Amino acid sequence: MASVTIRDVRKSYGAVEVMHGVSVDIDEGEFVVLVGPSGCGKSTLLRMLAGLEHITAGQILIGDKVVNDLPPKERDIAMVFQNYALYPHLTVAENMGFSLKLKGVSRHEIEQKVTPAAEILGLAHLLDRYPRQLSGGQRQRVAMGRAIVRDPQVFLFDEPLSNLDAKLRVTMRTEIKNLHHRLQTTTVYVTHDQIEAMTMADKIVVMHDGRVEQIGAPLELYDRPANLFVAGFIGSPAMNMIAGRIEGGAFVSEGGQRLPLPPGAHAGSGKLIYGARPEAITLGGDIPLTILVTEPTGAETHVVGQLGGTQVTCVFRERLTAGPGEIVNVAIDAAAVHLFDAESGVRLSN
Amino acid sequence: MPDQPASRPSLWRRIAESRNGLGFLFMLPAAVFLLCFLTYPLGLGVWLGFTDTRIGRPGEFIGLENYQWLNDDPVFWLSVFNTLFYTTIASVLKFGLGLWLALLLNRHLPAKNFFRAIILLPWVVPTVLSALAFWWIFDSQFSIISWLLMKWGLISQPINFLGDPWTARWSVIAANVWRGIPFVAISLLAGLQTIPQSLNEAAAIDGATPWQRFTKVTLPLLTPIIAVVMTFSVLFTFTDFQLIYVLTRGGPVNATHLMATLSFQRAIPGGQLGEGAAIAVAMIPFLLAAILFSFFGLQRRKWQQGAD
Repeated sequence: MASVTIRDVRKSYGAVEVMHGVSVDIDEGEFVVLVGPSGCGKSTLLRMLAGLEHITAGQILIGDKVVNDLPPKERDIAMVFQNYALYPHLTVAENMGFSLKLKGVSRHEIEQKVTPAAEILGLAHLLDRYPRQLSGGQRQRVAMGRAIVRDPQVFLFDEPLSNLDAKLRVTMRTEIKNLHHRLQTTTVYVTHDQIEAMTMADKIVVMHDGRVEQIGAPLELYDRPANLFVAGFIGSPAMNMIAGRIEGGAFVSEGGQRLPLPPGAHAGSGKLIYGARPEAITLGGDIPLTILVTEPTGAETHVVGQLGGTQVTCVFRERLTAGPGEIVNVAIDAAAVHLFDAESGVRLSN
Repeated sequence: MPDQPASRPSLWRRIAESRNGLGFLFMLPAAVFLLCFLTYPLGLGVWLGFTDTRIGRPGEFIGLENYQWLNDDPVFWLSVFNTLFYTTIASVLKFGLGLWLALLLNRHLPAKNFFRAIILLPWVVPTVLSALAFWWIFDSQFSIISWLLMKWGLISQPINFLGDPWTARWSVIAANVWRGIPFVAISLLAGLQTIPQSLNEAAAIDGATPWQRFTKVTLPLLTPIIAVVMTFSVLFTFTDFQLIYVLTRGGPVNATHLMATLSFQRAIPGGQLGEGAAIAVAMIPFLLAAILFSFFGLQRRKWQQGAD
């Protein structure tokens, strides 16, 4: 186990800078998720951490050792690849023991390490199979097994669940989380799926265009997104954004609808974005919502509608009898409203 | 009323509407082609080997007499030796150099596509043309190699490349290797590109040195392609004819006669069609052995098989 420090790391391909000074502190044993849309640089950052990609500027420390120029094998890390990268010509047991074999560990000792790891992952009966004889979920487990056997300082996961079907993804999510709980190894996990990030992380790093947008605990990001990007990226369905300005102690949308302001919001001038999570909008109130689509999911009802000239999504706990075209009155929980500057996207309300 | 014969569909209609009949029809052109240009010549060749046919005289069946005759013929056995020597050395060299070239081309090089195209040139040039170029390179007086070595003071007189049995053998092997490398290199390059980059990265993280990554990951994953490519390469080399015929015609003193060139020499200029055919037929066991070795020894890998 070790801490990981990323200090103002930059990456350029030729003259094009793709990573503009990223700094992240990862404590020992922490489970950190790098999340962001594709092309945001999260995988590149992970690969720089692994030593597969050169660092143009800045420093990466594993423990208190600068690893910038160390080759991957000297960094004491293990990585689970998106396509698992299992050696097709080796059995499950050989795949898992490959790194130990390279180190010259005796066959007996390899077996002693592989067997318990296989048992943890439920692979004990598959040790003699070849990767192509395994299902996606099993391959995923072998890839993790290979990492566990190494007993590294840091685990790196590069979108490990993106090749699995939705149901398996949920199961594996729990398994990975469980595994981390058991082994307490520092983990850096890359995903573009914000739900994975929310459910698994101790700390989330939201990245966008080669920059860190916000770092924090999952609910911290959910409750206090630092800017419009994080606000829109975290949460599903996404936060509703209504453009407008403050007039006379209330928020007036571009469509002329007056909306309640969060307590303590100072009457700033200029264009603002009014952010309300779908569940902050509740039935019963005085704001008219024209229903466009209703999506009953059983436990709750998702409603897409027009509110003050903007399309919004609401999640109601109640079942709704009204259909498309009808108007229902809703209220917005002012305490849960976020205000952002429309120009800079920065959060204004506290 | 009984069925009226007129209402039965015609034979052609019935064939055209039946799945098997239609399949047979579609197969027919290819089958005719193969029968005429592959099976018939092969069968005729095998038959000729059992006769004493000469040019201008239909032969009679003489059983294994041709083979008995060849068995006592030192020139035939020399050609067998030459062929095996030529094939073994040339194949090993083509494999080694081809693999090395493929590995080089698989890296990120500037103007990668240009180099890949250039590599193919020896393969694209007609064999006779490249053989003529080598003939000039190996010329006993005007050889550029001899000229260079003399300029550098390494030798005092031109090397008689094609005049001495052993230099002639090595010279034709060199020409064959030059011609055969592109096929091996490009095929292996294609094979290398099917190996995901992440496997190499995983191995690097697992602690493998570059050499270990090559021997423990790249090479095992490449073996199926190597097996196919080298089978073809061995077959091409074993049956080589053009290069030898242009460069040495089997000389000096039969030192570079391969079975293919000897077969032609005896059959056409020599007029002994039966004997020539017998020499050609004698190549078949060697070729079959090569194919079977490749099939059973190299291509069947457990990790590639479908079910468990």
